[in-house]
Amino acid sequence: MNRLIPSMARTTRIVVAGAILTTIAIGGTFLLDPYRNYQLATIAAIFCATAGLTLLVGLSGQLSLGHAALMAVGGYGYALANTVLTEAGIDGALRFVIGMMAGVVTAGGLGLLLGLAAARLQGPYLAGLTLAVVIALPAVTAVFSGVLGGDEGLQTAYDGVPTLLRTAIAVEQWQAWVSILVAGVVVTALAILARGRLGLHMRAVRDDEVAAGLNGVRAGRVKVAAFTWSAVAAGAGGAVLCFVTQSVSPGAYTLAFSLLLVVAVVVGGLGSIGGAAIGSALIVLLPWLIETAAGTLELPAGLEQRLAGNVAILVFGALLIMVAIAWPARLAGARRRTRTAPKPTGTIADATTTPRDPAVPDTGSAAPTRHGSPVPRGARPDDLVAPINAPDHKSVPADQIER
Amino acid sequence: MTDDNSTPSSPRLEVRDLTVAFGGLTAVAGVSFDVEPGEIVALIGPNGAGKTTVFNAVCALVRRRGSVSIDGEPAPTRPSGLVGHGVSRTLQGLGLFSGLTVRENLLVPLASRADREALVDRELSRLGVAHVAHAPVGALPYPERKRVALARALVVQPRLLLLDEPAGGLGSEDIAALGAVIRESAQAGCAVLLVEHHVDFVMSIADRIVVLDFGQVIARGTPDQVRDDPRVEEAYLGVKAA
Ligand SMILES: Nc1ncnc2c1ncn2[C@@H]1O[C@H](COP(=O)(O)OP(=O)(O)OP(=O)(O)O)[C@@H](O)[C@H]1O
Ligand SMILES: [Mg+2]
Repeated sequence: MNRLIPSMARTTRIVVAGAILTTIAIGGTFLLDPYRNYQLATIAAIFCATAGLTLLVGLSGQLSLGHAALMAVGGYGYALANTVLTEAGIDGALRFVIGMMAGVVTAGGLGLLLGLAAARLQGPYLAGLTLAVVIALPAVTAVFSGVLGGDEGLQTAYDGVPTLLRTAIAVEQWQAWVSILVAGVVVTALAILARGRLGLHMRAVRDDEVAAGLNGVRAGRVKVAAFTWSAVAAGAGGAVLCFVTQSVSPGAYTLAFSLLLVVAVVVGGLGSIGGAAIGSALIVLLPWLIETAAGTLELPAGLEQRLAGNVAILVFGALLIMVAIAWPARLAGARRRTRTAPKPTGTIADATTTPRDPAVPDTGSAAPTRHGSPVPRGARPDDLVAPINAPDHKSVPADQIER
Repeated sequence: MTDDNSTPSSPRLEVRDLTVAFGGLTAVAGVSFDVEPGEIVALIGPNGAGKTTVFNAVCALVRRRGSVSIDGEPAPTRPSGLVGHGVSRTLQGLGLFSGLTVRENLLVPLASRADREALVDRELSRLGVAHVAHAPVGALPYPERKRVALARALVVQPRLLLLDEPAGGLGSEDIAALGAVIRESAQAGCAVLLVEHHVDFVMSIADRIVVLDFGQVIARGTPDQVRDDPRVEEAYLGVKAA
């Protein structure tokens, strides 16, 4: 693209590329039977979530194990709006668009809250928080079962193929179109964000939060923005999935599914939108492929059922391990690239080799050799190493001090 | 780069009674000094003397007592405000964004300035790293990364430049080049405060030297004055400085 149309602005290029890919995907629906189109619709919906997640994890360095919950919230927002609008006699495109917006805004709101918390939490605590959200989902729907329908969830009105197209395409193909279009818009928007200033700042914060601050980046804001946009994308995915399946329930957004989303973006390559697309396809197709394979083996019915549920997860686990061994860089995102750099390194490469004396706060001397320096008084061996997450400027930013 | 709106009487950087305590440890105790526009001041002292902590305090990375002013105005209380005040700092451990390209590293502090591309180009070629502009910083050899760190600090055309061990780990050729760049910035009116262990380098480049030990200023003056100061030799355990 870049070379073909060099004069085009970056944003225009991304939009054009997004439009072309979306058109190709929509064209592809003509090659598929209704069931495959239904699968494609599901993949496109999940792609919204994996693209949002890969932006969050790969670019901003924040881990969310709860993106299924954000999808669910998008689905519930869509379903609730859909019900209200149906009762008010509104239908068609208007009902769909308002429903989508409701889903996106609700999920974005939750994402904003999570992001605000996330900006104060580090690694495992953030992961724990997002995990709690997805685990709490069934309980929340049970407590508010009057509105959210408990375990049963909510059903939405059926949207058939528009009159104009009714003779031309089946409803599954129509649903695939809608889902692909939503994914196209969402992912294009994410790509623009990722390539723009916010994306740059997200990566800067991911690589070195303190240095980012000293370079004028307000790390807290960047992290919150990343979480919010990521949630908006997941919410759009959940909303359009609700449109496709005409229902939303906690059973569709389990912890296992949430973890699969993470595995999918890791397997696809953190921070890569193409990887997110592959990941979403794997999530949908892998269980189906395994079921099909198990079907041809003519296994006893009970065993087959048990396999169908678990083998997919097993395969995902195996894939994750393979990726970890073959391309360790994918797991850590771009930030660990320093490890391969020649020595002497600044802060990271040697960081884990020497245990630090916890009683002596790090003075952060990561400087390698000191030519012509006087013999330093009481030079400590650990002066030559810095801990992995605390480069020389280990002194925590003012707002995190004394935690 | 030169000052436009400062009162003539106020120094570029004015540090008064700066004190930083970490729990029971007073890392910086009542330190005062000034840096004038165009001046190069070196902050030296043994390991753990509190040099980096002075930088951290000036940059609002740690809680400070006392006052820090830039051109007569109180220094920003959050690090992200520094660039806007014309203050740049390099970090002892480079602090580069290792997953970003060289070019992207320099774009970060420029935010949305309209002339950012031109500024980046100029700085990259000035520091001789234009040929690696699109390489991820993490893949570069150490001396080049060091140049990138300096380029990122200079690209915003700072009025006050804080350099934490800029010569650390560099060979003599690189140090000579570094000295030239620092002098160039100072001649353009930038105030430079640098922490450095490389004594020959400090003696050759600094207009004035402030010596810290155990968080306190134990000597100050021109390189010659400091060289002959017995307290300085003592602080360095009797080993003659240069
Ligand atoms: N964030 C922190 N928390 C606790 N103690 C700290 C912190 N930062 C620095 N110190 C302590 O403050 C003292 C001064 O450290 P500082 O890093 O400022 O020394 P320095 O002069 O830069 O030394 P070097 O030449 O080794 O870089 C040391 O005793 C150090 O252990
Ligand atoms: Mg230091």
